[in-house]
Amino acid sequence: MSKPVVATASLAGCFGCHMSILDIDDRILQLIELVEFNKSPVDDIKKFTKQCDIGIIEGGCCNSENVENLKEFRKHCKILISLGECAIMGGLPAMRNGIPVEECLKEAYLDCPTVDDKIIPNDDELPMILDRVYPLHEIVKIDYYLPGCPPRADLIWEALVALLTGKELNLPYEVVKFD
Amino acid sequence: MGKEADTVVKKAVKNHGGDATCLLDIIRDVQDAMGCVSDEAVLQIARQLGISTTDVEGVVTFYHFFSKKPVGKYSVYLNNSAVAVMKGRAAVAKAFEQGARCKFGSVSSDGVIGLFDTSCIGMNDQEPAAIINGAVFTNLTPEKAKDLVEAMKAGKDVNKMVKDLGDGQNQSALVKSMVNNNIQKKGQVLFAPFEGGSALKKAVSMNPAGVIDEMKKSNLRGRGGAGFPAGMKWSFCRDAAGKKKYVICNADEGEPGTFKDRVILTELPHMLFEGMALAGYAIGSDEGILYLRAEYAYLKDYLENVLAGLRKKKMLGKDAGGKKGFSFDISIKLGAGAYVCGEESALIESAEGKRGAPRNRPPFPAQYGYMGKPTIVNNVETYCTATRIILEGGEWYAKMGTAQSKGTKLLSVSGDCKKPGIYEVEFGMTIQTLLEECDGRPAVAVQVGGPSGNCVGKKDFGRRICFDDLATGGSIIVIGSNTDLLEVVHNFMDFFVEESCGWCVPCRAGNVILRNKLEKIMHGNGTMADLKELEDWCLIVKSMSRCGLGQTSPNPIYTTLKNFRELYEAKVKKDVEYSTEFDLAAAVEDSCKYAGRKPQLGEHS
Repeated sequence: MSKPVVATASLAGCFGCHMSILDIDDRILQLIELVEFNKSPVDDIKKFTKQCDIGIIEGGCCNSENVENLKEFRKHCKILISLGECAIMGGLPAMRNGIPVEECLKEAYLDCPTVDDKIIPNDDELPMILDRVYPLHEIVKIDYYLPGCPPRADLIWEALVALLTGKELNLPYEVVKFD
Repeated sequence: MGKEADTVVKKAVKNHGGDATCLLDIIRDVQDAMGCVSDEAVLQIARQLGISTTDVEGVVTFYHFFSKKPVGKYSVYLNNSAVAVMKGRAAVAKAFEQGARCKFGSVSSDGVIGLFDTSCIGMNDQEPAAIINGAVFTNLTPEKAKDLVEAMKAGKDVNKMVKDLGDGQNQSALVKSMVNNNIQKKGQVLFAPFEGGSALKKAVSMNPAGVIDEMKKSNLRGRGGAGFPAGMKWSFCRDAAGKKKYVICNADEGEPGTFKDRVILTELPHMLFEGMALAGYAIGSDEGILYLRAEYAYLKDYLENVLAGLRKKKMLGKDAGGKKGFSFDISIKLGAGAYVCGEESALIESAEGKRGAPRNRPPFPAQYGYMGKPTIVNNVETYCTATRIILEGGEWYAKMGTAQSKGTKLLSVSGDCKKPGIYEVEFGMTIQTLLEECDGRPAVAVQVGGPSGNCVGKKDFGRRICFDDLATGGSIIVIGSNTDLLEVVHNFMDFFVEESCGWCVPCRAGNVILRNKLEKIMHGNGTMADLKELEDWCLIVKSMSRCGLGQTSPNPIYTTLKNFRELYEAKVKKDVEYSTEFDLAAAVEDSCKYAGRKPQLGEHS
């Protein structure tokens, strides 16, 4: 029997959630037994080579490339998981949401004291900046949410095992509440 | 500029005795003199009062009628309540914008006219209405708006722009307003004849406990909306430890659609002040405060004059009402535009010169209120009713109404009906009877208790207005078949997003989420899952919010989901599991424009 296929990506995030995936420590060896990785920074596969069972996404969408990437994941994955605060609510990058995008660009590229070439990057190869940072579920359907900043390794592990084995997820209060 | 701010602030601070609890008044003086409260002014106020700039800045930015940016020589605050919209607000707003050559939310380039939206100003019976430099203009049309713009451009005094005066005391020399009372129905409690002084004299002839007993016998419940038994509140405060106690009157009716207190303040101020004085006698207080919403500032001079008259007649001041040893006086504190200040603990904070953020309770104001002293806060109508109860007796009063709701209630009726205005009715009247009286029969829905209340449909028109059934602080908005109910709901959610004080997350963020979800559905991008989520969010915000604002703010959605579910279901896509509102072209438009590049919208990977 072929193993379930997992893909992951970090969009407008800090890679902290991926670090948390690595924090499952030696259980990663068990994970490799349980699943096969496709497109993911974990194995550095850049493009989908097949349909996947589970897609795990860290970070929200701040530019057009994030949106494209997210849509690719939705197309290729049966189940899509929002991993962490940024994916679920926009997180730290969404701090800019109250500021008009013009002001953000001006501050970053024109008025910033450490900038020499005062130009707003406009090459067609660059992703286009969105008016605000969007949580993933506002753009595609998301099946599951794993909260945290980052979500604990135990939560990620438990969730994956639950999905793979069909067992109910054990969610003690301290794993999903942060107040 | 710096020097000017210095002088203006010095004068303002001096006028208010250097008292930090008068911070709102000081800021108002500075705003009036300078057209805004600049950073420099904030700094000066903080220095001269010996408080932090953050405290001053916090207050300036909290209240709607204070601004750090110039608001224009004339500032037009056009009401954006749902009823204003029904009565043609859009065309009036357009006329203002065309005339002033600026959009709402900005000031004309010459700095003469500023145009601003504002939450319900208590004129729902004569919308569209606006406040310009404190003066109220009602029943506006695009033509009238045009004339007003011309007058402003010509530099005319705003009071001279008022042409026809309203009825009753609106014509008095100290009011001179075009506002109309629109009293449609008089009842036995508030609008029956009243002889000034009679109630206080009777009260002081009894002992204070006897006054509270009469109140308890009457079973009078607070008229602001929450309906807490007034007699009980008074006895808690009377029993509270401490010599200094306060009587506060909440004249901050901000619930969209309510305007009854406006009419009481205009026509029955003696009855109100007498009610406050006898409350003072009952609880053992010598000081009353009328917290008047900024929207009703046009009544302030008139009310001050009434107070002066009462002092002259020895109904206020030393030996008030002729009772040796009982001294009681009333001062007026103005608000500055914040719905949440209708919540009693937020009102107390505001009266102390702070941001109007609700307090944690307990302790309740009866133990720890204004300046930390035991305080009763009651609604305008409650005090007036107390006056009548003392005159006629608690038993007389309790004969009227229903089991849980004694007496009469002032209703502010507006919206799609031919006779908007004030109705004093006995508790227990059905919606249907009220609709017949106000000639609003083609109604498809009635909003009882304002946005935070209940939106009921035809099948519920047999229900009764009282605490036992449909509770209301007085706001009744009739919604006819020509009005899009979901638009009304959206307007109400806009209101709550604007008026949330921002202290607690469920209310600050939850109302935005609710509004966005509602918009998604209204735009035809909703699914059944969105509908379910909308309902879930309602319950989260209701159960997790810190004060009454957030606990009731989901009600426009929550009650229409219950009573008009078909309106929502007609808008959602039933055969799809997920639908998005995201539009890439719109999302990248601004950034591409600013970077000077053409959006690449084709799929490529």
